[in-house]
Amino acid sequence: MNRTQIIETINNFLIEDIEVAPEALKENAFLKEDLGIDSLDFVDIVVVVEQNFGFKIKPEEMAKVKTLLQFYDYIEGKLKANN
Amino acid sequence: MKRVVITGMGIYSCIGTNLEEVRESLFTGKSGIGIDPKRTEYGYRSPLTGIVPQPDLREALNRRQRICLPEEGEYAYMATEEALKDAGIGMDYLEKHETGILYGNDSSSKAVIESHETCLEKKDTTLMGSRAIFQSMNSTVTMNLSTIYKLRGINFTISAACASGSHSIGLGAMFIRLGLQDMIVCGGAQETNYLSMASFDGLSAFSIRIDEPQKASRPFDKGRDGLVPSGGAATVILEEYEHAVKRGARIYAEVVGYGFSSNGVHISQPSNEGSALAMTRALQDANLKPSDIDYINAHATSTVLGDSYEAMAIDEVFGMHRTPVSSTKGMTGHECWMAGSSEVVYTLIMMQNSFMAPNINLEEPDDFSKKMNIIAKTTDKKLGICLSNSFGFGGTNSALILKKL
Repeated sequence: MNRTQIIETINNFLIEDIEVAPEALKENAFLKEDLGIDSLDFVDIVVVVEQNFGFKIKPEEMAKVKTLLQFYDYIEGKLKANN
Repeated sequence: MKRVVITGMGIYSCIGTNLEEVRESLFTGKSGIGIDPKRTEYGYRSPLTGIVPQPDLREALNRRQRICLPEEGEYAYMATEEALKDAGIGMDYLEKHETGILYGNDSSSKAVIESHETCLEKKDTTLMGSRAIFQSMNSTVTMNLSTIYKLRGINFTISAACASGSHSIGLGAMFIRLGLQDMIVCGGAQETNYLSMASFDGLSAFSIRIDEPQKASRPFDKGRDGLVPSGGAATVILEEYEHAVKRGARIYAEVVGYGFSSNGVHISQPSNEGSALAMTRALQDANLKPSDIDYINAHATSTVLGDSYEAMAIDEVFGMHRTPVSSTKGMTGHECWMAGSSEVVYTLIMMQNSFMAPNINLEEPDDFSKKMNIIAKTTDKKLGICLSNSFGFGGTNSALILKKL
């Protein structure tokens, strides 16, 4: 999966499963403040990441992810490490 | 003591998903019973159930509100929306005035079982997702609705088996009588998915009249062979009388009597003594005589034992007055945790429209039923004071008396 596909997958589940407004999906957007993702939503993001990418993200690592760009980077990094 | 009135009602059931549809069904004696093929596949003895449509809440609620609601919570939301609108209460009122919620519910099986299945497969509790805990607790309806409607008053769930919905109204009335609350959302909810009723089916308590689903629930009839499970939700808005008058609310009826008792005998078998005591206490609480009651909405679920014990109890308390009796469960099936509140709504609809709904499928009364004045066909009658019975596993009994003002 290349970076474009990763971004597309993440954006899709943020829109479909977490119901984030598509126009809010900007790379510099903060997950909590701008996209309105709260602590309960992070649990659901763990579920959809597992469903879409086949691995489980760790809550302590996810705590460091603040922006959408960092989220793309984090998932891309995990996928590369797993391969 | 303050007086307690009902100023709004809402219903989401197998005989209609709003007050008008339900009024029509009650009047025409329409059954809401059908077949759920998933039950046969799963291993049920009987696939009969009340058929309740799933509401579409995408427009009404945001994601967090929606995903934390289990099936019975969705039903309860629909009934409560209708009841609040019916009472003329909007979010603006609820944000400014302390309002409580006391709701009957006694299971949320689907969320529990599905979470367990996820964990068996994934070996990881996080992968149950954020909704599982909020959907799976018995208090799911009150925790969800109190959040959705921003309620700041009394807030808890009543789990009392098939009397849950009735006790919720009785307890709500107590809080208002004591002057502790001006308005409480009361009611009962019951899930209808195939996972929710399997263990009850395992007791062989359900009718297997599969060829004639709409004739399967036959309270008080000699030919009955068990109950038909059903569900949905019903909500009533309880309000302190002066408070209701001051805001110009329409008043359906006053809750004048609440009687309760516990049989203290058997976990599943009912008791005529316990049932009679609940009715007698409700009459005492209302300061009424048996002859004052115009109509009794019976608990009768279409089981031999349950119907017979209730018939004995009604005969004991009301026998000489030939008080008209019907069980609406012939149409609805047994709405279990919801039944005590839905049957209050059905009774209020009858009181409002001056008719008694029929005890459908009563073809031949048995020796106990014969002693009662059972209303087998829709009958026009002005109803001033009515009593609604509810009894549950563990011997919990509740009787409510409603008086039209």
